[in-house]
Amino acid sequence: MRQQKFWLGVRYVVLVILALIFMLPFWVIVRNAFSTNANIVSATWQWFPDQLNLTNLRSLLENDSVGILRALGNSAIMAVLQTGGTILVSLLAGYALARYTHRASKLMLGLTLFTLMVPVATIFVPMFIITAQLGWVDTFRGLVVPTIFSAFATYLFRQYFLDFPEELEDASLVDGCNPWTSFWRIVVPNSKGIIAAVGTIVLIGAWNAFLWPSLVGRDATRTVQVALSQFMTSQGVRYPELFMGSLIVVAPMLVVFLFLQRYLVQGLTTSGLR
Amino acid sequence: MSNATSSAIAPASPSTGRPGLWRRLRGHQGRNLWFAAFVAPFLLGLMAFVYLPIVWSAYLSFFEARNTVNPTRFVGLDNYTYLLNDGLFIQSLLTFVAFALFIVPTTYVASLGLALLLNNLRWGQAFFRSVFFIPTAVSYVIAAIVWRFAFFSGARFGLLNQAITAAGGDQVNWLGGTNDLYWVALVSVRLWLQTGFYMILLIAGLQRIPQETYEAAALDGAAGWRLLRFITLPQLKATSVAVILLLLINAFQAFDEFYNMLGSIGSYPPYARPPLVHLYLIAVGGGQQDLGVGGAGTMILTAIIVLFGVGQNFILNRSNT
Repeated sequence: MRQQKFWLGVRYVVLVILALIFMLPFWVIVRNAFSTNANIVSATWQWFPDQLNLTNLRSLLENDSVGILRALGNSAIMAVLQTGGTILVSLLAGYALARYTHRASKLMLGLTLFTLMVPVATIFVPMFIITAQLGWVDTFRGLVVPTIFSAFATYLFRQYFLDFPEELEDASLVDGCNPWTSFWRIVVPNSKGIIAAVGTIVLIGAWNAFLWPSLVGRDATRTVQVALSQFMTSQGVRYPELFMGSLIVVAPMLVVFLFLQRYLVQGLTTSGLR
Repeated sequence: MSNATSSAIAPASPSTGRPGLWRRLRGHQGRNLWFAAFVAPFLLGLMAFVYLPIVWSAYLSFFEARNTVNPTRFVGLDNYTYLLNDGLFIQSLLTFVAFALFIVPTTYVASLGLALLLNNLRWGQAFFRSVFFIPTAVSYVIAAIVWRFAFFSGARFGLLNQAITAAGGDQVNWLGGTNDLYWVALVSVRLWLQTGFYMILLIAGLQRIPQETYEAAALDGAAGWRLLRFITLPQLKATSVAVILLLLINAFQAFDEFYNMLGSIGSYPPYARPPLVHLYLIAVGGGQQDLGVGGAGTMILTAIIVLFGVGQNFILNRSNT
């Protein structure tokens, strides 16, 4: 018994140390966002900020070469459109793939699984060619449309709907619904958890995306990740502004994550990868 | 209404007694039509933005296509032989192998370690789980900023250099390419970002192991390492295989943190180039857009990743029988 208590104590000590290490990058972002440059490049490591006011935020907002406010707006528009679009398309397709089991459905499932294996990032060159041919470079269409056909989201929804009780829909069909109305009135309202889970994954992925936006989002539609990336390698980079930018870019996703984490964990553990 | 359309399109069917083509296409109670309606947006998008691009890049890969998508000069396999003789391309494939050899086992062991530490923890489990899971919400760009300028800065103010000089060592040029230590930065940043995600998957896997299995093993006198070795790991096999495959696929796609930690304005060093970074530089990022070679590169990378999937299925099927 005493030995068990000892090991439990060790376990907690290890957990606390690991937790501190995992939190360290967040603390560095906060420290640097509220520090003078001298504090950041100090010869001895400073654990605490030395400028607890909005000076860095103001100079970041006034820095036209970064254009952070515009980039935040662009990222928000892109992330919302991409999340809405992905959920709509994948919800419909995932439902059909779970409910219909004829040959066409199996073929469609095969096409989806193949796409699951070949990630979109691998085919960014031809995807970019198509998007450029459509004249969609530097438009929200170009940022969003090619990215909303997610095999991953479709697959997660399909796995969820395989366990969804068909009796609910049968009852609504008897009551005069057709499959389409029954889907929207019965199935969707009972699937809010999985929609929240997939939505969280897609939203975070869209906000954090870099490769595709750096190809397509040039000037008018430059996103926050691209703006920060260009700022960090530019000659005029200033650490306090760079880290203040990182803080305001990461903060919305941390809030989203903390609120929706419950659904995410549930979605990943119950319907996801089995 | 639907009866009227069906008889108009397939008027010959009643005489033979067989259901008409239209009726067969529609299916019982229009099942096929409903299926098509639900699936159409996804199918069309998949065709337009996944399958058409793959076919198009296969086509382009046989042509000389510099700065154009309407090539005229057929060059056969020249783009492929060019790539396979391109030292940097071969190097990029080796870079992926090296990176995967680092990142896949370390992430798997770290995720499993965290999952085991948290499994059945009575107090504070949700808190610690959130702490380890939350880096999932951070982008590679922002993590690269922290790693490049705060932790692994080659200047003396970098956290690791401060620790090293405080211990009496010499300041290290982490990302400059004068040594191989950039791997430490590249592996640790990815570990921080993705360990929590796989930890969640592995916790779910651990919770699916029936408690009785442990009780039975405990009765037989197993404990500690033996329990892990003979009960937990075998029972966790399906989850582990899925996690390792996902880790491999993600390592293959590595781009963001390499590009942002090692690149500078419009240029990227010749070392530590994973395949996607090299493809980016030769096909779209550099001065001239060589889409023929880009197409060939896409085909080679797609073939490699499909082979992964096939190989994984093969291993799974063999071990199941």
